[in-house]
Amino acid sequence: MRTTVDGAGPRVGGRESARGVPWRELAARHGALVVLLLVVAVAGAVLDGFLAPGNLNRIAVSASFLAVIALGMTFVIITGGIDLSVGTVFALGGVLAAWASRYGELALMAVPLAVCGLIGLLNGVLIARARLAPFITTLATMLGAWGLMLSVSDEGNTTYLVADGLALSALVHGKLFGVLGYPFLLVVAVFVMGGLVLRRTTVGQHVYAVGGNERTAALMGVPVARTRIAVYTFSGLCAGTAGALNAVWLGSGVTIFGIGTELQAISAVVIGGTLLTGGYGFVGSTLVGVLLLGVIQNVINAVGSLTSAFQEVVSGLFLITVVLVQRRLSRGRDPG
Amino acid sequence: MNLTLRGRPRVDREHVLLWMRDYGVYVGVALVVLFNVAFTPHFLTFENFRTQAVQVAPVLIVALGMALVIATGGIDLSVGSVMALSAAMISLYLGYGPLVAVLVAVGVGALAGAANGVLVAFAGVQAIIVTLAMMIGGRGLALVLLPQLDGVRNPDLRELGSGSFLAVPYVVWIAALLVAVVAFLVRRSVFGRRLVAVGGNRRAAELSGLPVRRVLLGVYALSGALAAVAGVLVTARLQAADPNSVGVLIELSAITAVVVGGTPLTGGRVRIAGTVAGAVLMQLLVATLIKHDLPPSWTQMAQTAVIIGAVYLARDRGRT
Repeated sequence: MRTTVDGAGPRVGGRESARGVPWRELAARHGALVVLLLVVAVAGAVLDGFLAPGNLNRIAVSASFLAVIALGMTFVIITGGIDLSVGTVFALGGVLAAWASRYGELALMAVPLAVCGLIGLLNGVLIARARLAPFITTLATMLGAWGLMLSVSDEGNTTYLVADGLALSALVHGKLFGVLGYPFLLVVAVFVMGGLVLRRTTVGQHVYAVGGNERTAALMGVPVARTRIAVYTFSGLCAGTAGALNAVWLGSGVTIFGIGTELQAISAVVIGGTLLTGGYGFVGSTLVGVLLLGVIQNVINAVGSLTSAFQEVVSGLFLITVVLVQRRLSRGRDPG
Repeated sequence: MNLTLRGRPRVDREHVLLWMRDYGVYVGVALVVLFNVAFTPHFLTFENFRTQAVQVAPVLIVALGMALVIATGGIDLSVGSVMALSAAMISLYLGYGPLVAVLVAVGVGALAGAANGVLVAFAGVQAIIVTLAMMIGGRGLALVLLPQLDGVRNPDLRELGSGSFLAVPYVVWIAALLVAVVAFLVRRSVFGRRLVAVGGNRRAAELSGLPVRRVLLGVYALSGALAAVAGVLVTARLQAADPNSVGVLIELSAITAVVVGGTPLTGGRVRIAGTVAGAVLMQLLVATLIKHDLPPSWTQMAQTAVIIGAVYLARDRGRT
């Protein structure tokens, strides 16, 4: 789709893959996990209280909302697309959930899911049926979702509070055995489901096939357009769910959150080893990517002398390093 | 119109769409201007044009670089962060005099762009990822260097930001000059021909012996330098270096201007005049909605509609 991809791997290319070194495959797949364990080990050794259950739980729970968004993004990226609208859809979901909370829990979840799912559906239809480029389409709906959020929140002047005494609110703040927050357990559950769908079902095979080679997929009878529409709708639903849960977590629908979240989600997916060219990627390693970003943030916050700006520098450097290493490891596996 | 342009005896839907893709943006500008002439009081005043031109200048300058990058089939998401870096440099190096500060700022912008270029051209990483990393890391670096808003008190810089020559602000003169330079590059220089060739078919460009990597490196460096110039101008106009908020989301406005102007995201074509018209169209659209007391949420949704319309016209079928 983008010329940098089919622009041919600069140097030798195919020869290394012919030898088929398995550890390369392993490293490409589990590299993020190795780095995560290393970072956790070093941080645990150097920083007091890093390995305390409370701190680890804080990392896990605050990464949960990004993780749900990144799950949808993983599906989209495996089909070779991208979804830039998730950040503002996430914010919109939060505002809608807080607004709807006065009508009870069902409305709190149903309203944001319906609206965000529709935005995802719109993305999917524009991309799959009208054949517009995913990048620019989702960029446009990102602005649209933002506008919608502003109009719902009285041009950003009204912050809706989540109604008190909801069972959902207790659940989001609750912990299993007093240790592990329920939001993270939910994340683990949806990632397991996402992984099963992707690896074990026909739908999952279709997602890979569309990303691998659209034309071949179509010739094999894969419903390309329907698969595309499904993944963008799923991404919108994920972002809406994350937004609603985040609003419950914070107790209000914050309007300024969400800008830039799409970039974090993309970073997490790429760090996890999913190729932006499509056709290759894993759900589990996306979760590792999200946690890695969360750990970096936590470590930098813990080192008092560093401002949060350092976190951005480290995240940026990290992203590019991971991509460079992956490129080296996976050379020759790229289609074309 | 169509007949004379295409030299064909039929006017079918396909040709109308093609014509709209290339010239729709001018129709759009004309419509918005006509609407304003009819319905907006004080639209046809020199003061209003001056305000609009000053406001559109930074986006326009960034969009010029973006157009070149998109013509090579890439994208540059880091322009806003490069503006922040440039603002931080102005504040840090103002002690050596305004000229040195501006040169350092533009130099750092070009360096940041060159770093993008090296990773895209030599390491072969996708442009969207490289510039995403630079977007995140660049603003972080700017904030590390200059943690908060810093007032810039310098008479020369204030003159640059607010002064005028022949009743036209310097900011607008600079934007116009850069448009002319980039248009010249694209139309008349070897570099311009090469960058379009790289975007059209990189493999073919390599096989025919073009220095593809050097061209890509140059394009990204140029985009960085142009973003830095925009950063300098914004800083001079605000009289404050604000790495936290300068250039936030400007990459969206720039990409919008380029796409609305008829440059396809797939690369291989570039339209500088269209890009200028695209930036002006979006500026006038927003200004019109604001003048008619429509809330900001409307502007976002109107922009959405315009972008989707423009992309619909420019989709693959229209690629020539």
